[in-house]
Amino acid sequence: MTELLKTPLFDLHVANGGRMVPFAGYEMPVQYKTGIVGEHNHTRQKAGLFDVSHMGQAFLIGPNHETVSDALEKLVPAEIKGLERGQQRYTQLINADGGIIDDLMVTRLEDDEGTLMLVVNADCKQGDYDWIRANIPHGIHLEEHSGHALIALQGPASEKIMAAHCSNTAAMGFMDAVASRFNDIDIHVSRSGYTGEDGYEISVADDKVEQLVNALLADDDVMLIGLGARDSLRLEAGLCLYGHDIDDKTSPVEAGLLWSIGKRRREEGGFIGAERILREIAEKPSRRRVGIKPLGRAPAREGTEIQSMDGETIGTITSGGFGPTVGGPVAMGYVSAEHAKADTPVQLIVRGKALEAQITRMPFAPHNFKR
Amino acid sequence: MSNTKYSEEHEWISVDGDTVTIGITNHAQEQLGDVVFVELPDVGSTISKGEDAGVIESVKAASELVAPVSGEVVETNSALEDEPGKVNEDPENSAWFIKVKLSDASELDGLMDVEAYKSFIA
Repeated sequence: MTELLKTPLFDLHVANGGRMVPFAGYEMPVQYKTGIVGEHNHTRQKAGLFDVSHMGQAFLIGPNHETVSDALEKLVPAEIKGLERGQQRYTQLINADGGIIDDLMVTRLEDDEGTLMLVVNADCKQGDYDWIRANIPHGIHLEEHSGHALIALQGPASEKIMAAHCSNTAAMGFMDAVASRFNDIDIHVSRSGYTGEDGYEISVADDKVEQLVNALLADDDVMLIGLGARDSLRLEAGLCLYGHDIDDKTSPVEAGLLWSIGKRRREEGGFIGAERILREIAEKPSRRRVGIKPLGRAPAREGTEIQSMDGETIGTITSGGFGPTVGGPVAMGYVSAEHAKADTPVQLIVRGKALEAQITRMPFAPHNFKR
Repeated sequence: MSNTKYSEEHEWISVDGDTVTIGITNHAQEQLGDVVFVELPDVGSTISKGEDAGVIESVKAASELVAPVSGEVVETNSALEDEPGKVNEDPENSAWFIKVKLSDASELDGLMDVEAYKSFIA
């Protein structure tokens, strides 16, 4: 087995009681002393600080925005040409069969004509980079943003906490992204995240990240949060986890990500995998990602079979667990389209027993994004 | 607690004549993290050493209560089903899981005493 990688915050995690586990080739904290439920609740009530330095950061660079966005639009279904300077957007890299290679964030830098910043999943980064390099024209190149950590500050107190160090962040709207200074540290910050809460994601040089994190932790409202609560927070927010809720077989239409596909892109296509995606938009997909609320107390985990009330198999749970904000089990998964309507009763087969559940709208916990 | 035994599955077994009380150790609850669901066997049912005798789920994962002994379930701590978090708060006392009337008291001989358990988890 190859040795696990460490982020620049490894020692800080250990010093703060982080329980380190292997994740996507890195040693990452699954939780700290407080535990997952306490960390989850703290993030919803105040602010949580997450090390997401394992994720891939890269730049797609070309002579100008028109050229570089045209190149990326061949690979993703989102509207990239129309991105304003300093604006971030969620999209997916799509394979030739219309499946999702990875989901990612794309930012048009506010000051740099012709550069898009990409943030991709840790597990996928090498494959993503290879795929992008193989499918972009001459004159455009991909450059890894090596030597940079990524942290996320999430929760309702985030604006106040950031404003103490970085005055121009309070005025940012959801999915705005700017270069800024945190005290005297250069950062690139976006108003975004993976918890359903308001907050920021901050890219900063490896040798400055600990100083920045310690400045944030000096505020009593800030708590370090591990991967366990990151997962329960994003599940309650109804957000997909790559490799679980979406993968190279699922299309963004089935996954309920139609909102992320640009209107012009739906009409024009012109991206790898468009055939299946445009067909599913026109004809509706045969299965859909839905929220599932188990009606009892028992969680239903990934891989759980979903049946209709007649006992017919209609799908599978792709993420499931306990939602601390909901105070009970929550799940998402795919069901055949005819069973995907909200409030449809279904049964979940857990340890050989059929448990009552209901198809439900997501998110399970309301989004609190800055609008 | 000289008459308390421990299993390799991180259960404590408190012996009172031919009846034992079974719970999970503090070490086990620390490893599990926040317990969010507990399912106990029915009173009157029979459990067999090494087989599942209940379900314990934390936020992270589902695991089983593995029967450390065989016998008949004579009482269950049903309060845990309503308040699974008690397992984290008081695992070795009020958050016991089940009481079992032993069918083979010699099974206790294979369990660890507290010193052996301490070195087992060290």
